[in-house]
Amino acid sequence: MHRGAALPLRIYVAAACVWLLAPIVIIVILAFSGEGYLHFPPSLLSLQWFARFFGDLQWQHALLSSLVIGAIACLVSTTVGFFAAYAFLRAEFRGKKLLLSLMLTPIIVPNIITAIAMYYLAGRLGLIGNFLWLGLCHAVIAMPIVLLILLAALHAVDPNLERAALGLGGSRLRVFCRIVLPLALPGILSAALFAFLASFDELLISLFLAGVRAQTLPVRIWNSLNLQIEPTIAAVSAFLIGVTTLILMADGILRHRRGRRRQTAG
Amino acid sequence: MNGGSAALRTLSPAAAAAPPDRTLLLLLPAMAMLVLMFFVPMVLFFVRTFIEFQGGRAEFIALARDLLFSQPYLTALATTNWIALTVTLAVLLVGYPIAYYLTTATGPSGSIVVLAIVLPYFTSIIVRTFSWMVLLGEHGLVNDTLRAIGVISEPLPLMYNRLGVLIGMSYVLLPYMVLTLYAAMRSIDPLLLRAAEGLGASGFYTFRRVYFPLSLHGVLSGALIVYILSIGYFITPALMGGQHDIMIAMLIDRELEVAVDWPAAALMSLSLLAVTLALYAIYYRVTDVRRLIGAR
Repeated sequence: MHRGAALPLRIYVAAACVWLLAPIVIIVILAFSGEGYLHFPPSLLSLQWFARFFGDLQWQHALLSSLVIGAIACLVSTTVGFFAAYAFLRAEFRGKKLLLSLMLTPIIVPNIITAIAMYYLAGRLGLIGNFLWLGLCHAVIAMPIVLLILLAALHAVDPNLERAALGLGGSRLRVFCRIVLPLALPGILSAALFAFLASFDELLISLFLAGVRAQTLPVRIWNSLNLQIEPTIAAVSAFLIGVTTLILMADGILRHRRGRRRQTAG
Repeated sequence: MNGGSAALRTLSPAAAAAPPDRTLLLLLPAMAMLVLMFFVPMVLFFVRTFIEFQGGRAEFIALARDLLFSQPYLTALATTNWIALTVTLAVLLVGYPIAYYLTTATGPSGSIVVLAIVLPYFTSIIVRTFSWMVLLGEHGLVNDTLRAIGVISEPLPLMYNRLGVLIGMSYVLLPYMVLTLYAAMRSIDPLLLRAAEGLGASGFYTFRRVYFPLSLHGVLSGALIVYILSIGYFITPALMGGQHDIMIAMLIDRELEVAVDWPAAALMSLSLLAVTLALYAIYYRVTDVRRLIGAR
């Protein structure tokens, strides 16, 4: 059936790809505009908006907040998520599918409800604007993503290798550190990257919990967008797109490694 | 570790038959985090809000009835469902051919399409929405181009209305649909199509009677996930919508930010949460939850 449909389908898909990529490409180009307002195509190119982004104390603070909170969320969710993924793959128990779907609910529950509930608790505990707490809240959102990525990635790690090592007299801890972790490492790194990204891009929870102290980049963008569209946001957006691109590239490399390892493992 | 597994043995009735698997303990950190930081705040938010309500039960029921039958709520409910349905249908129509193309494509052209899906998918929602605001604004690229080539003389209202919301949300949610459809289509045996062709079926007939029914599972999963994510949507409609495009999530936010009315926000949240979880239960029935974010 694809014989007759091939050309129109290809044209359609090409058009769809343009539609999908255009907004991202255009924002990146606008970020390098030398003009005083957002106009496409820019007649002048410059780095003025990046200079303003990186030179502004408030944006610097937002960038730092995003990085710190992202690091906390990444570390916590990857650790916790890895243990859970390992248990899901290696242990047999009843209600596995149900438990997994429960652990994925943070993706499903509307973010506004999650944000309000977390805001309610943080308000009671006096933790509004606390970096560590916001990082932990982001970890809750990132953990299901880590879990899903690792369930797919660790699937290929052969349990027989562990059994063999245990049979040869390795202790559980030793086998875990010397066999399981190294084999799972590319998957863990991929998951960690996406966990960081999930926190780095998160808006609603930060919006409610950041207070004035812990405002992240997305929160600052949101605040600016509600006032007026200023070109600095294009530079910040381009920066965020750059981070996403780097993370996707790193994931591609890790995926490639994983594939190779799978081949050599047999 | 030994003390922990002993505790588990006494907890679990099944443990008497099979030796307890200590690997299960590795689930505890994740579960503790979810319970303490997700489920408990959620329950606390609802329960405490209702307990702290000043007034008797009759007054509370009256408040709930007034609220859930109030004009703003009913309007937002209709708007939310209308937008969610339209977006679901739009991304299904747009995404179906793309997903099909992905199953046949090999080499660099396939990689470009994957990139075109995945790069927006992992780009911050606020960045994606901002991009569309720049494109669709009164002096945005679309209006400027149309004016330059003389198609229109006055800028078209593309944003701060329903159209803007639909474009923005479809853009954000399309990758979910494509990745879900792709997962389902990949498992369709191409031999079946060739068999149908060999038996003399036309391309369209093969599609209608063989391919589409086989992909229906993916269509249902994709539609459910997009609908679920749509009804709770906040960021894009809040930025790109007009005053007639208030969705439930925005109404909830407004009750808190403007009216500081916790009981009202809790009631609306509870209704939205109930619908979301009911749809998630159907999703759980029809599909593999591991496909939720399209992880391969």
